[in-house]
Amino acid sequence: MAKDPGIKRVLIIGSGPIAIGQAAEFDYAGTQACRALQNEGIYTILVNSNPATIMTDKQMASRVYLEPLTPAVLKNIILKEKPDSILPTLGGQTGLNLACELYESGFLTEHNVRLLGTNVDSIKKSEDRELFKETMEAIGEPCIESAIVYSVEDAVAFSKGAGFPLIVRPAYTLGGTGGGIADNEAQLKSVCKAGLSASRVGQCLIEKSVAGWKEIEYEVMRDEADNVITICSMENLDPVGIHTGDSIVFAPAQTLRDQEYQMLRSAALNIISALKICGGCNVQFALNTKSMEYAVIEVNPRVSRSSALASKATGYPIAKVATLIAVGYRLDEIINGVTGKTYACFEPTIDYVVAKFPRWPFDKFTEANKTLGTRMKATGEVMAIGENFEASLLKAVRSLELGFISLDYKKYGDMTKDELYCALALKNDERMFCVCAALRKGVSVALINEITTIDPWFLFKIKGIVELEERFKQIKGLKNLPIGLLKDAKQKGFADKAVAKWIGETEDAVRRHREKNGIRPVYKMVDTCAAEFDAVSPYYYSCYQTENEAHPVPNQSIVVLGSGPIRIGQGVEFDYCSVQCIRAVKESGYEAVIINNNPETVSTDFDISDRLYFEPLTSEEVWNVLALEKPAGVVVQFGGQTAIKLAKAVEDKGYRILGTSVDSINDAEDREAFDRLLETLKISRPAGRTVYTGEEALDAAHALGYPVLVRPSYVLGGQGMEIAYTDAEIRDYMDIINQTEQEHPILVDQYIEGKELEVDAICDGKDILIPGVMEHIERTGVHSGDSISRYPSATLKDAVVERLVDITKKLALGTKTLGLINIQYILKGDDIYIIEVNPRSSRTVPYISKVTGIPMVHLATRCCLGERLADMGYGLGLYKRSKVTAIKVPVFSNEKLPDLEISLSPEMKSTGEVLGLSYDPGEAILKGLYASGLKMDKGGVFISVANKSKAEMLPLAKALYALDFTLYATEGTAAALAAEGVAANAVKKLHESDDIERIIKSGKVKIIINTPTKGRNTRRDGFRIRRMAVENGVSCFTSLDTVSAFVEALKVGKNDGELSLIALQDIM
Amino acid sequence: MAYMAYLVLSDGTAYEGRGIGYSGEAVGEVVFNTGMTGYQELLTDPSYTGQIVCMTYPLIGNCGVNAEDVESDAPKVRGFIVRNLCEAPSNWRSEGTLNDYLIKHKIVGLEGIDTRALTKKIRDGGTMSGIIAQTLPDEKKLAAVKAYAYRYPVGDISVKTAYETGGGDKRVAVIDYGLKNNILASLKRMGCRLKVFPSTVSAEEVLAYAPDGIMLTNGPGDPKENVREIETVKKLIGKKPMFGICLGHQLIALALGGDTQKLPYGHRGANHPVKDTATGKLFITSQNHGYAVRAETLAAKGTVSYLNYNDGTCEGMRYNDGLTFSVQFHPEVCPGPRDTAHLFTEFKDSIDAFSKQ
Repeated sequence: MAKDPGIKRVLIIGSGPIAIGQAAEFDYAGTQACRALQNEGIYTILVNSNPATIMTDKQMASRVYLEPLTPAVLKNIILKEKPDSILPTLGGQTGLNLACELYESGFLTEHNVRLLGTNVDSIKKSEDRELFKETMEAIGEPCIESAIVYSVEDAVAFSKGAGFPLIVRPAYTLGGTGGGIADNEAQLKSVCKAGLSASRVGQCLIEKSVAGWKEIEYEVMRDEADNVITICSMENLDPVGIHTGDSIVFAPAQTLRDQEYQMLRSAALNIISALKICGGCNVQFALNTKSMEYAVIEVNPRVSRSSALASKATGYPIAKVATLIAVGYRLDEIINGVTGKTYACFEPTIDYVVAKFPRWPFDKFTEANKTLGTRMKATGEVMAIGENFEASLLKAVRSLELGFISLDYKKYGDMTKDELYCALALKNDERMFCVCAALRKGVSVALINEITTIDPWFLFKIKGIVELEERFKQIKGLKNLPIGLLKDAKQKGFADKAVAKWIGETEDAVRRHREKNGIRPVYKMVDTCAAEFDAVSPYYYSCYQTENEAHPVPNQSIVVLGSGPIRIGQGVEFDYCSVQCIRAVKESGYEAVIINNNPETVSTDFDISDRLYFEPLTSEEVWNVLALEKPAGVVVQFGGQTAIKLAKAVEDKGYRILGTSVDSINDAEDREAFDRLLETLKISRPAGRTVYTGEEALDAAHALGYPVLVRPSYVLGGQGMEIAYTDAEIRDYMDIINQTEQEHPILVDQYIEGKELEVDAICDGKDILIPGVMEHIERTGVHSGDSISRYPSATLKDAVVERLVDITKKLALGTKTLGLINIQYILKGDDIYIIEVNPRSSRTVPYISKVTGIPMVHLATRCCLGERLADMGYGLGLYKRSKVTAIKVPVFSNEKLPDLEISLSPEMKSTGEVLGLSYDPGEAILKGLYASGLKMDKGGVFISVANKSKAEMLPLAKALYALDFTLYATEGTAAALAAEGVAANAVKKLHESDDIERIIKSGKVKIIINTPTKGRNTRRDGFRIRRMAVENGVSCFTSLDTVSAFVEALKVGKNDGELSLIALQDIM
Repeated sequence: MAYMAYLVLSDGTAYEGRGIGYSGEAVGEVVFNTGMTGYQELLTDPSYTGQIVCMTYPLIGNCGVNAEDVESDAPKVRGFIVRNLCEAPSNWRSEGTLNDYLIKHKIVGLEGIDTRALTKKIRDGGTMSGIIAQTLPDEKKLAAVKAYAYRYPVGDISVKTAYETGGGDKRVAVIDYGLKNNILASLKRMGCRLKVFPSTVSAEEVLAYAPDGIMLTNGPGDPKENVREIETVKKLIGKKPMFGICLGHQLIALALGGDTQKLPYGHRGANHPVKDTATGKLFITSQNHGYAVRAETLAAKGTVSYLNYNDGTCEGMRYNDGLTFSVQFHPEVCPGPRDTAHLFTEFKDSIDAFSKQ
């Protein structure tokens, strides 16, 4: 079989914006797919609305469309580009659904476009609950017994056959609202009754509960010749009941005998064969802990988050192989890139342990519901490779960047046994640490197993870690520390910093001591074959064994520090920057080395850099790599705040930072130093103060006058940033922030309402290049990451732009920037104020690079290496204004996070972004909004705004009315509108009647405009209305600026099928 | 209490670790296995007789041991090397720890060495002998390690007297060269009654049983040392449907005048891809062998039925008599993937077809 010669032009559908449950793993998969197809000489057409990705770089495909992912847009792209095939299985559920929809509409057949890889029937068989069950029954694979019921009687009837416990899941409610577990008939009756009334269609799914069974996953592959192989098995530490994306996962499966392992492996292969999947597939099983009984939980007929993890865990590039299978190759025709000699038709075997730990957003969203269940809440994840279970777990925990250096977490350490029993029963993000505390207090493994159902194997291993931690606490000073014990601890992944803390020494002293005693890490290769064959993959992890396998040449390499797990405020855009930097470093003739710990990303694909070290981004692990590499320099400005925070550690050990120096970074982040600089440069900023205590904060607020902006220094994504209007809010804020120890002071600034502008610039130490000035749609007070941003600005006077360029240059030179700098400004009238300066790459760099055609990271890297901007051919100062308008629109995952306050504020909440591109600025907004998933249909609008905003609302309401929207408003607002000749249906307030709930739930209202009053009181009407909107899939605007953009877009008067199309290759 | 122990290879390379299992010394041929599960099946696989096995997967013993997951009456390895031995296993079938099991069966073990470094050493330098001991061996002892050779292990481990087992309408004569239990279990599942013979059985004795088919099992060592066994096979070939696995496969080849060769470091693991030469289909197989059949020496006698994707070695033969076929890998698995269980069906079909004639 070999490549199908009929495949010449392939459309690849990306997964769109990063959201919880669909993150950077699809950039990794899509990038591999693009590269594989390009290598095959295939003309590739890529469409993805997410501008922060590597796959949407101009070089990644013959044609790159940053366009809304809707069927109508895709149809137009197909008509324009005439692909002969579509690759549907690399773009997550989004890509798959779109491809299926196009197929089912008959459009693809009509235009002779075929779907590559798995066919639609097979996809249906794995996605449709009933078809899936039938297919599984036909091949004798057990599914979880379930039934759809419309009455309590039906549920009881089902229970007669299925037995208990049963799970009740109401249909069409988010977060499983109204569902529950029933252990007997009485419980079933009450839970089911509640469930049926919670569901708007009066329907519940009743399912046999397998909660507490082992959750085991297999990544399997199949080619068209029916060859099937297993890539990797994975075992969730958290048994069935917690979404696998929210589970701590180990690879390979740890607690299975060969009998169990092979039984499930065979089942997985039977399933992929029966479904006739061509490519990669993920199969999830529940396995009884006391017998050989198992059930198939779910099958994903495409690459997934788990396949990204399996690829990184084994070194087997699933997405690439799946792509090649889709174009006709067989597994035995595809070369294994790891060995360079053998073929892809083998099963990887590994000789280390891999841990995946989810990264949840609860450090930012302190008030969101933290309970874990069947709906995923993590925004990202880290992976760690260790020589044993302990090392992989501890490395993973350290990679989270949540301040953990060990499993010893004070919050639970202070609890009594009784409190711990209760805490253990909560399935939340801190359960691992709670388990540790319980073990530390002497609670038995058996009891913890009973409460949590975590397998005793894991618990015994964790107990071992805890006991070792406790032994260290008994030792005072290095002189009393047995070398054997230290070596054991290092092999088990203990951090020098943790050891130092326990024995009362400094991290440096511990490090020197162990090095003196010959305890140093070596690096082992991830080679897919457990060293059975000689491998060439430059993919390494550290361990404390004897033989080192990484052999760099001193002064030949440049080390790039990656950005770690995807979290709110630090997303895939920093991986984009890291990968671009790696490419630039390679082109400059150096070997590019990356250290990173995120399995979802392109930067951790082993054939991107010259050497990949899959390690925690902590000072210890970075030092270890640097000691081995002896690099010519280290780049920290592209890996977000993660890398910036390591700059000092790098410099302290005598390594050279390429780019902006540590002193300059500190000067930009240090309030007083920065104020001095601004004073010298005669640049204004909102007045502000640095404080540590609540009292100081109040004093500052009184001196500055309310409202004030409060935030910690050294943060990304506006973590813990708020506008305070009252003393009470200041007190609340300081109480929360001081719950965790603050290394750096809190900033209290005067809040200036105005237009927010943003500039990314490249500086070589003498000159600067500014690709463009971005203007935020929402006024100050909304985090830049959550604002709609427009480039080029539509409203700025030339004189203002000139001053901005001038100030930017002064700041870049004044901060001694070498490389990238990001500056945010406020424009009030004609006055320009500085909000903040970030001496590093920013969230906006990928999209500005794409729209302007200036490879910013590339140029900045060359500046870091000593080249001059003047010699790079892009000119100096402000780059020519683009004819294309680019609108960046943030995308939120609010529906995944119950109890989260959704209104826009200084604290960032969005998880992803999309871009709208057009030669017509209004259409660019429209495209951006379409791409963000906003429903643009006309219908009902419910308006409920704070008193101070009523006047501003009026013209917008008029405009919406004129655009044929039906208006609803609370009585006061309705009266005000009526006075202006705008008819609005009056509804009673939420606490007065169920009017509002009714219009939202009935679908009458498509859009809600609700500007928050102040504070984040969850009992207030506004909060409840906003959450109700989210829960019912109704769009909710919380800033009138967003509404006015919405109105501007609507005035364009186009539906998504009428939008213009722009390929990046066409922008000049 | 943990004590220091060493593995010293015949070339003098020493690895320092902790002693596990039985406290003593063990000399044997050092090999590595890349399987991630099935350590108990592996320990009791008679094909490992005389060998010190190093596991490349670092965590071993996680599921403890039980009475069922065994391929023979007791562990057959000479020594066992792991990175980390699990002290607190967890599995619903677990009846004890692997360490206690090793102690009970007097198997000397070593834990905590750089197993990957050892694996690379064997991969690059070829299989060699070695010793696990609590002190570094002196020159005399090292010379003994270098000279280590275990001649004709089949003679030691094959059953001493024939026995019958299973029930069914078809009779299969099984010649035991060091059989794995699951070969018998697989045949029984096919509805065969079995008579298991010692390796030294004569062809006449086998035929006197009036078998419908003959199964030649797996076993340890250099196939060429089994002179008497080869003679017996020669006399049996073509008489009845015959299926050979592993050593059985090699003995058929030698009996037909073919040749075998020693592989640099063997195939031991559960992830070896083989190609069915007739259909082009891929199978992942369980393997454990240090020798391979040189297919080119049998060109006139039969065709290669399975080929190893990694090194192109012969993984199976189908002979021109239409009755005899054999595979190098282990379709009976335990441990390993169950992708080639159809071979037992094939054997049964061949038996059924033959008895109808």
